[in-house]
Amino acid sequence: MTHAGGHTERVRQRTHEGFLRHKGFRWAQIASGLCVVAVGVYFVTAAQLREPPSGGSWLGYLLGTASAGLIVWLACLGIRKRAVSDGHYSLKAWVSAHVYLGLSLIVLATLHTGFQFGWNVHTLAYTLMMLVIASGGFGIWAYSVLPHRLSANRGEVTRKQMLETIASLDAQLQEAAQPLDRSGAAIIRHSIEDTEIGGGFWQRLTGAYDNCANRQAMIRARALPRPKTERDVEALAKVEGLMQQKADALALARRQMRITALLEAWLFVHIPATFALLAALIAHIVSVFAYW
Amino acid sequence: MAEVYKIAIIGSGPAGLSAAAHAAKKGLSHILLEKTDHLSDTIYRYQKGKHVMATPSVLVLRSDCEFDAGKREKILDQWNQDTRAAGVNVKFNADVKAITGEKGAFTIELKKGDPVQAETIVLAVGTQGNPNLMRCDGGNLPHVQYQLDDPGEYTDEHIFVIGGGDAGIENAMGLIADAGQNNTVTLLNRGADFPTAKKPNVDGLLAARDAGRISVLTESNTSLVEPGWITVDTPQGSSRYKCDRIIARMGAAPPRAFVESAGVAFASPDRTAFPTLSPTFESTTKPGIYVIGALAGYPLIKHCMNQGYDVVEYISGNTSLEAADEPLLKDKLKGLPGNRSVAEWLEFLRSHVEILNGLSPLQMREFLLDSEVRAYNSGDAIFIRNEQGSSVFGIASGSVKVEVDPTNPAITVPIGESSIFGEVGLISGRRRGATIRAAEPCICVEIPRMAALKLMSQVPEARETVNRITTERQVLQIFKSGLTPADIREVLAGAEVKDVKPGEAIISEGDISDDLYIIRSGSMIVEKTLGGKPVFMSYVPAGSYSGEMAMIERSPRVATVKAAIRSTVVKLPAEPFRELLKRKPELDKRMRGEMKARREINEFIESQQDKFGGAVDMYSSVANFLIKQGIGEATDVLLIDESLCVGCDNCEKACADSHDGLSRLNREAGTTFADIHVPTSCRHCEHPHCMSDCPPNAIRRGPDGEVFISDACIGCGNCQRACPYGVIQMDKPPPPKPSLFKWMLFGMGPGPGQPDYEWRKKAGAKQNTESPKLAIKCDMCSGKSGGPACVRACPTGAAIRVSPDAFLSVARIEGGAG
Repeated sequence: MTHAGGHTERVRQRTHEGFLRHKGFRWAQIASGLCVVAVGVYFVTAAQLREPPSGGSWLGYLLGTASAGLIVWLACLGIRKRAVSDGHYSLKAWVSAHVYLGLSLIVLATLHTGFQFGWNVHTLAYTLMMLVIASGGFGIWAYSVLPHRLSANRGEVTRKQMLETIASLDAQLQEAAQPLDRSGAAIIRHSIEDTEIGGGFWQRLTGAYDNCANRQAMIRARALPRPKTERDVEALAKVEGLMQQKADALALARRQMRITALLEAWLFVHIPATFALLAALIAHIVSVFAYW
Repeated sequence: MAEVYKIAIIGSGPAGLSAAAHAAKKGLSHILLEKTDHLSDTIYRYQKGKHVMATPSVLVLRSDCEFDAGKREKILDQWNQDTRAAGVNVKFNADVKAITGEKGAFTIELKKGDPVQAETIVLAVGTQGNPNLMRCDGGNLPHVQYQLDDPGEYTDEHIFVIGGGDAGIENAMGLIADAGQNNTVTLLNRGADFPTAKKPNVDGLLAARDAGRISVLTESNTSLVEPGWITVDTPQGSSRYKCDRIIARMGAAPPRAFVESAGVAFASPDRTAFPTLSPTFESTTKPGIYVIGALAGYPLIKHCMNQGYDVVEYISGNTSLEAADEPLLKDKLKGLPGNRSVAEWLEFLRSHVEILNGLSPLQMREFLLDSEVRAYNSGDAIFIRNEQGSSVFGIASGSVKVEVDPTNPAITVPIGESSIFGEVGLISGRRRGATIRAAEPCICVEIPRMAALKLMSQVPEARETVNRITTERQVLQIFKSGLTPADIREVLAGAEVKDVKPGEAIISEGDISDDLYIIRSGSMIVEKTLGGKPVFMSYVPAGSYSGEMAMIERSPRVATVKAAIRSTVVKLPAEPFRELLKRKPELDKRMRGEMKARREINEFIESQQDKFGGAVDMYSSVANFLIKQGIGEATDVLLIDESLCVGCDNCEKACADSHDGLSRLNREAGTTFADIHVPTSCRHCEHPHCMSDCPPNAIRRGPDGEVFISDACIGCGNCQRACPYGVIQMDKPPPPKPSLFKWMLFGMGPGPGQPDYEWRKKAGAKQNTESPKLAIKCDMCSGKSGGPACVRACPTGAAIRVSPDAFLSVARIEGGAG
C-alpha cells in the first residue's frame, strides 16, 4: 500500500502472470521445499531405525497431521471461490497454492504411509487422494491447453449470440418454408422443433450428434423429388441453404460446448472424489485412534 | 375584440402547467396554449409505466400542482386533476406560429384559429417538441411525417424511415412487424453504424434486413423528396426510389429560431446556449416575455414547477418573493465569515471572481446551488497532490500558494484574488498536480466540473479566461524548472489551441516543422516507420508534451504523433521556446534529459526490431488494437488474457455478488486480438462520455479515479446512450438472496452470481415493492479494500486491470509481448 495524496491507493493487479507462474512460482518453490525437507527427514530418521517410520511413528503423526490439514484446506477452495469478500485476497494465489501444495501431498502422504499398503480403509483414503490429485493433474492440463481453443473457436461471438443466431435461422426457415408442400414443410418442422443444441453432458463431451434433427432434415430434404415449378425449386434451394447455415451455427455452438465440457469434465471426478476422500479420511483417523 | 389575457403561457409541460395553475388560483386572466391535445407532451410520450423521479430531493416543491416520484400515468392523472381543480383555461391544439407586439400588447398567432392577445407571455416550450426537420427540397410535403403513432395504420405502402436512432429503428420494425400489411420499408441512416441506438434494436434491424424484410441504406442522405418518390445519395451514387411515406426521426433541438424570432436573445451562438434572462425569468432583450423550464436551462421537473409558480408571482408584481432555493443557499452560506445576506454573497462572489463576472443574478443562484463556498485559514490544504478531483476553485478573497516541488513544500507559487485554480483537473481529468494551501485567510468557491462546463458554455468570457489560464498553468506545470508566468509570456503569445480528430497526425515523420505540442486532453500515440511499416513507439497521455526533438535540434521529425482519441493540443511556437531555453539553462537541461530518455526507448525498439521483428510487430499490433478499442481514453481497463481464461465467469459472479446482485461486466462480449480480450466493462474514461449529460449530476469520479453513479440517479438513461462502449445498463437490483452456506448446504436460492430472470421475478413478486430501473456500471469496487472483485476472483490470473500508460510500455517487448 502506498500513500499518495492523503488517501490510500488500493493495490491493483499490475503483474500479468497465470496461476501456475504466480509470483515467480512462489508456491511451487514452497511445495518443493516442503517435499525435500520431508524426504530428507524421513530418510535420516529411517537410517536410525530398524524399520522405516510408519504412520504410527512421531514422523508419521507429523506427516499425517500435516497432510490431513492440507486436504481440508485444499477442499476449502470451493468455498473461497464462491465467497466474494471485500478484503484483499487473490483467488489466483489460492489456486496456485492449491495446485502446488496439492501435488506435494503425493510426497507427504506417501511418506506418511511408510510404504505400507493393504486392502483396508487406510489405503482406500490414500487411493482416493491419489485419484483426486490425478484428476487435478488433468485439470492443470485442461486449464493450460483448452482456453486457447475456447477463445479461438468463438472468436468474438458470445454464447448468447450463438443461440440467437440459431433462433434467427429457425425464424427464417419458418418463413422460407411457406411455399413448400406438406412433405417439405414436415421436414422443416422437424429441423425447427426437434433440434437439440446441447444435449446431455456425455453428448456435449463427445460431440456425437449423428441423430441431430437438422442433419436428418437436410438428408431428407435432399432426397425430395425436384419440385415442378421454378418458384418451388428456388424455395427448396433457399431452405436447404438455411439448413446448411444452421448446421454450421450448430457445429460452432457444439464445439464451444464440447470444450467447455472438457474444461469441466475433470471436476466431475475431482469434486466427488474429494468428498469421498474426506469421508475415508475421517474413517481412517477414527479407526486409527479407536482400534490401532 | 377578443379578450386580452394578463398571461399567456405557451407549453403545458411541468413548468407551463404549474404557472397556469398558479395563475388560475390567483384569479389572473390567463390562457395555457398547448400544441397537442393533451397536457405535458414530453412526459406523455414517455413509454408506458415509466418511473419518473423527483430530484433534487432537497429542493422544496412550491406549486399548485402535486408532484411526487411515481409512474408516468399516475403523474399525468394527478396533473390533469390539479389543473381541472384549479380551473385552468387550456387551449389544446394551439400551435404557436409567431409572437408579435410589445409588453402589454402581445399577439400570439396560431397555426389554426384566431390569434391570442396577452399582456405578458410565459414561454415554457421545453426542448422536446421540436423535431429536427428534413432540410432537402420537398421536405415540407404532406407525406413527410415526424411521428408514428400506430404502425398498423398503413398498408401496401413504400415507406422510408429516416434516422438510425432508437426512434427510427423502432418505427421501422413496427411497420414490418405484420407481413400482412405488405409495406415495403427502407431505413435510411446517415452513418455507417448505429451508435446511438440500443443494441437489441440494431440486432433486430440487421436480422430483419438479412431476412429480406427491410432494406437498410447506410451512409446515405436524402437529397430530394417528390410526391411518390425519394432521391437518396449513397456512397455508390444517387438513386431514386418509389416512396409513398417518409417518417423522419432525426432527433430534436431547442426551438431556438422560434424563440429568437419573438425577440428573445441567447447567451451565445453555441448550440447548447440558453436565453439571457433577468432574476425574474424575464428576457433581457424583450420585456414582457418570460422564459422558464428546460428552455431556460432547467431540465428537472421540480425546478420547472417551482419556476412556473414563481414567474406568476413576479408577473403579478410580487418583487419580494423569496426564491424556493433561498433556504438552500442560506444553509450553504451559513458558516462563512462576513455576515452577508444571500444576495450580498451572490454579488460578492460574482464581482470578485473573474470567471463569474459575466453571470446574471439568476445564473449566479443556479450556479451557487451546484457549487460550494468555503473559508480557509492560513496554511489550510485546499487540495493535495495526486488527489482525484475535477472541480475548479475561484478565489473570492485572499490568496493561495501552490507547492510546485513535491520534495520541498517550501517552494511555492502564489495565486491571487479573483483568479482560479484546479482547472487542469477540469480539462485533463487527471489527478491534482500539486498541493495548494491558503496563503492567508481566504474565501474560495469550489465549482464542480459539470457546473464549470455549463458556465463555460453559457458565458464566453468565462471560457476564454479559463482557456488562457489553463494554457499558462499547464506550460508551467509540465516544464516546471522554476518558470514564472513572466518567463513564458512570449511563448504563450503565439500559442494555439487545436482540436485533433482520432487518427489525425499533429506531427508527421520526416516533416520539417519544429513546433512543440502540449496534450491538453485525450492522448497521442507515437509511431515510426521501421522496415516499411508503422511501429508503435509510445503512448503520450494528456498533460505531457511532444515534438521536442525537432524543436531543440532543428532536425526533421523523427516520428509521427497522432491522436489516439479526440484530443485537444496546444501548439507552442518553436522560436520563442528556443529563446526561453537559452534564458533558462535549467529547463534546457531538463528537456534534453527527457529527450534522451525518449530517444533511448525509440532506439531500443529499433534494435529489437532488427533482432526480433516478430516481438516488436506483436507489441505494435497489440498496442494499435487496444487504441482502436478506445483504451486511449481509458484510465483503468479490464483485460482478459484468453490464453488463461477458462470461461468460468467467476469474474461476473464476483461482480454481481459484490454489487447488489447485478454484474456490471460482460466477459464474453467485446473484441479480442492476440489473446487479449477487451470485455464489455467500464474503462473509466479520462473524459467520461456518460458524464456529459446527467441531469442530476449523479456521475462522478471517485478518489481512486473510478467513475461511478451516485444515489442521485434518476434513471433517465442518458448515460447509457452516451457511452460508446455499451457498459452501462438500466436495471433494478434483484431481491436479496439466501447466504452462500444456505445455498451450499441446502440448495436454497440461486447460488453465486447474478440470479436468473425467473428467480428474480418469483422472489420480487414476494417482496411486492416497486423500484425504478437505474443506471448501473462498474465502480471499480470503490470502498472495497481488496480492490476490484473481478480481478481478485479470477482463479487463473486471466483478468487484469491496467492503466494504458502502464500497459502500453516497452516492457511488453522484453516480456515477450505475451
